[in-house]
Amino acid sequence: MIQKEKALIFEISRPGRFACSLPECDVPQKDLSELIPGELLRDSPPDLPEVSEVDLVRHYTRLSQRNYGVDAGFYPLGSCTMKYNPKVNEDMACLSGFANVHPYQDEKAVQGCLELLWKTDRLLSEITGMERFTFQPAAGAHGEMTGLMIIKAWHESRGDHARTKIIIPDSAHGTNPASAAIAGFNVVEVKSDENGLVNLHELEKAIDGETAGLMLTNPNTLGLFEKHIPEIARMIHEAGGLLYYDGANMNAIMGVSRPGDMGFDVIHLNLHKTFSTPHGGGGPGAGPVGVVKELVPFLPAPTVEYDGQRYYADYTRPLSIGRVRSFHGNFTVVVKAYAYILTMGAKGLRQVSETAVLNANYVLAKLRDLYHLPYDRHCMHEVVFSAENQKKQGVSALDIAKRLLDYGFHPPTIYFPLIVKEALMIEPTETESKETLDSFIKAMEDISGEAKQDPELVKGAPYSTVVSRLDEAMAARKPKVRYMPMSE
Amino acid sequence: MKVLDGLYYSKEHEWVKITGNKAYVGITDYAQESLGEIVFVELPEIASQLNVGDVLGVVESVKAASDVYSPIAGTVIEVNEALDDDPALLNEDPYVNWIAVLEFADDSILDELMDASGYEAYCSKEE
Amino acid sequence: MQRYIPNTGEQQEEMLRDIGVSSIEELFADIPESIRLKRDLDLPEALSEMELVRHLKELSGRNASTDEYACFLGAGAYDHYIPSVIQHLVRRQEFYTAYTPYQPEISQGTLQAIFEYQTMICSLTGMDVSNASMYDGATAVAEAAAMACRSTGRAGIIVAKTVHPQSCEVLRTYSRYTGRSITEWDHKDGRLDLAGLERLLSDDTAAVIVQSPNFFGLIEDLGNLSDMVHENGSLLIVSCNPISLAMLKPPGDLGADIAVGEGQPLGNPLSFGGPYLGFMAAKEKFMRKMPGRIVGETRDRQGRRGYVLTIQTREQHIRREKATSNICSNHSLNALAAAMYLSALGKSGLEKVAALCCRKARYTYDELLKTGAFSPAFTGPFFNEFAVRYHGDIDRLNEKLLEHRIIGGYPLERDYPELKGVWLVAVTEKQTRKEIDDFVERAGSL
Repeated sequence: MIQKEKALIFEISRPGRFACSLPECDVPQKDLSELIPGELLRDSPPDLPEVSEVDLVRHYTRLSQRNYGVDAGFYPLGSCTMKYNPKVNEDMACLSGFANVHPYQDEKAVQGCLELLWKTDRLLSEITGMERFTFQPAAGAHGEMTGLMIIKAWHESRGDHARTKIIIPDSAHGTNPASAAIAGFNVVEVKSDENGLVNLHELEKAIDGETAGLMLTNPNTLGLFEKHIPEIARMIHEAGGLLYYDGANMNAIMGVSRPGDMGFDVIHLNLHKTFSTPHGGGGPGAGPVGVVKELVPFLPAPTVEYDGQRYYADYTRPLSIGRVRSFHGNFTVVVKAYAYILTMGAKGLRQVSETAVLNANYVLAKLRDLYHLPYDRHCMHEVVFSAENQKKQGVSALDIAKRLLDYGFHPPTIYFPLIVKEALMIEPTETESKETLDSFIKAMEDISGEAKQDPELVKGAPYSTVVSRLDEAMAARKPKVRYMPMSE
Repeated sequence: MKVLDGLYYSKEHEWVKITGNKAYVGITDYAQESLGEIVFVELPEIASQLNVGDVLGVVESVKAASDVYSPIAGTVIEVNEALDDDPALLNEDPYVNWIAVLEFADDSILDELMDASGYEAYCSKEE
Repeated sequence: MQRYIPNTGEQQEEMLRDIGVSSIEELFADIPESIRLKRDLDLPEALSEMELVRHLKELSGRNASTDEYACFLGAGAYDHYIPSVIQHLVRRQEFYTAYTPYQPEISQGTLQAIFEYQTMICSLTGMDVSNASMYDGATAVAEAAAMACRSTGRAGIIVAKTVHPQSCEVLRTYSRYTGRSITEWDHKDGRLDLAGLERLLSDDTAAVIVQSPNFFGLIEDLGNLSDMVHENGSLLIVSCNPISLAMLKPPGDLGADIAVGEGQPLGNPLSFGGPYLGFMAAKEKFMRKMPGRIVGETRDRQGRRGYVLTIQTREQHIRREKATSNICSNHSLNALAAAMYLSALGKSGLEKVAALCCRKARYTYDELLKTGAFSPAFTGPFFNEFAVRYHGDIDRLNEKLLEHRIIGGYPLERDYPELKGVWLVAVTEKQTRKEIDDFVERAGSL
């Protein structure tokens, strides 16, 4: 079926239409030029769309139908933990006593909000083995930046200004080195070994008196548990450094092992991954940062405290790195995560991780004969294949991803981690049934067959989507990043 | 892969052509091919002073950005503004479409660069 | 079994057999004994849905909501009315349960909506290019400063003291370890002191950051500021309230190079501070220096129009430590709500909202002064917010108002010790004349 282009809201706009109803002005209608000098006023109103409410609803409904979310189907995007987003949690975040509360209201008038933040801090501290959390960071990368600044501030508070380097494995998320740069660190990359784990000899060589710390995702981005972590933690600590835990893959180990017990000093969590809050088509997420006791004084101010009777914001924190975001961060995202943890309980969270790991290993077992498995062992919550076999027929990881769209699935993460050629990174999560996994596995088998028999078919995919493959080079060469009517 | 005689080549896949005390610098056919469709070229500022190994510019495809290192020390006296409008010229012919011209005083560094056959051998090892 | 975990015990057994292990435990064999948690997590017993709802309603009931209280508090977050239609559309699962649009063929909804958002932000600000959003207004200010440093190769930032104090704090934190220096630029009677800037500008000044309406609610007269800044080889960053841009001269017309701001007033609830969105727009020549995602138009293989994330080589997943920013997740859903809000109100509606805010704020100001308990703190035009000096204890005043279900203004003393007794009051289209009169009467008589 040939799909038509979707008109832009500006193209359906007609002068004089509107989709709102506002009350009449009930105070004296002074002329605006009396209130504000003319030279401060704009010459003509901004060029906003003019549509009726029906136009508006149809426009965005049709746009939404050109999207694919977790509610529509399987979304095995590796490292992104696209699990189901519970509906009741959405309702809870919309309660008027959360959604319509001004952040500067007097503490007496926000005791419920502060209590929720304080309690979520306690819950996350128990789950991760940390002492305290801050909720200011708005996303994972923002958490990384915050955590790394805390590490820097700790070194400096001890008069140690030589700590300029952060060690990061070559399998790390791109945000890790980018965040390290903002925190003023130089990045030292260590190579992975033949088992896909941090190479201890390389690590030893990388460590010196300038080492401020190490950033690690565990399980790592290959979906493998860094089993030498006690040894790694000892090496870093002995050299005077600290360990940062990138919590992107926390979904693998809840109730099984805690970053605090592994030796990590600072951690961020992605509430929009592990703790089921939706990703909103690219955000908002939330990236709370937890620290061990020694680092608590460095957390961004204010922290939320409880004196046994009232909850309050504590601004008097002389060692704090300072504020990283306005107010208390993405509060209603925290509401959803809090609701999720209370729903699951201790046993439920452990079952989440166990099932996530089981599901990933099931996909691994079923596809290993058709797709190359660069690191051949049990995985944790995600499995990384390579499309090397298919590449011999000229079919790339990208082609396989696009063909999966025709089978009705969101593709895995591709070309990441960078150390695997033609990587296909599959994270099923615990919220998928065996039936769903089986139909995905069948699709992957079929595509592998197509790659052999009719590679051109796969390379031309997708065929069933509202647009076919888009010319990204054209978009980047002459960027057109806003609508301009023909006349301009 | 195309390699031209008479040019000097660096390990980072830049070429240099010498005319008097001017050095034309560009990227090789190998480089443009491994980058794929080039969408943007960041050119150096005229009159900037570069040492060997300094970043002279950046060549970008959709999914990669590759620094271009200056294979020779000198002052930038000309940049190829045509690449601003049409970066794909580097895909079409990376040897005709140079990136910048440097005026240099010292050409001793040229001894450390490769000639066409040396570069060809180097690339076949890279593969 | 659990309602979010569908596999049955039987299926689990089957899967274990296919994997070739006898228990799930075996799959965790890589985790050394020494770091295993040998007990259950110490968490409260799991709640049923009914129990959960009861608990959260109880917690939320302990907060004063602007549904039930008249809100005269602003200071960067504003209590505007959000048309019903927005929540219905923004809560469509196709939008909110999707990830970042990495696969454009099945993300055209998000991508086109963001392309439209970018267009609207450009219209509002008078700029050429907008990104797909930042976390909030404060981080947008900090990112704009970093962007200016990258563009100019300089490291000095001058920030007006009338910029939101939390934006200044975040700017300072972001600059802490990157070698940027932050210089404060004092105000004169609550507005910019243009003559005072001359002394602060140096050949290391990358940018000057101002806000209008500023934190005291006053509309700044930027006059020849942009000329002064540009002659110095620096950039001008203007932070603004997007609703005010329906009326006020946009940053683009005032010579700004980068416009930023807190986008919350555009259809996003107060939410005790977040999630909001930061908007950022710039002149075209700075496009490749911008942080964050940008959506661009292109064509598919059949020549049909479509949208993709573009100029991605700026970003962390490609450029790693050399990226323009570390931002990955942004606030896409909040940007979507903002675009829906701007579309719902449209050209005429946004102007009406702005005019309502402005007239009601002026009415409130005039009435407060009439009571004799307040005097002007500054002179100069304002949009939806103003500062008045109270001849009494502000904390006590706010406390008393709260008893009457009124959320009072912001004590500026919290951030400006020299402004003891100065109260920042915000009024939006939501406050009725009756609420305003009641507020004035109570405030004036305490």
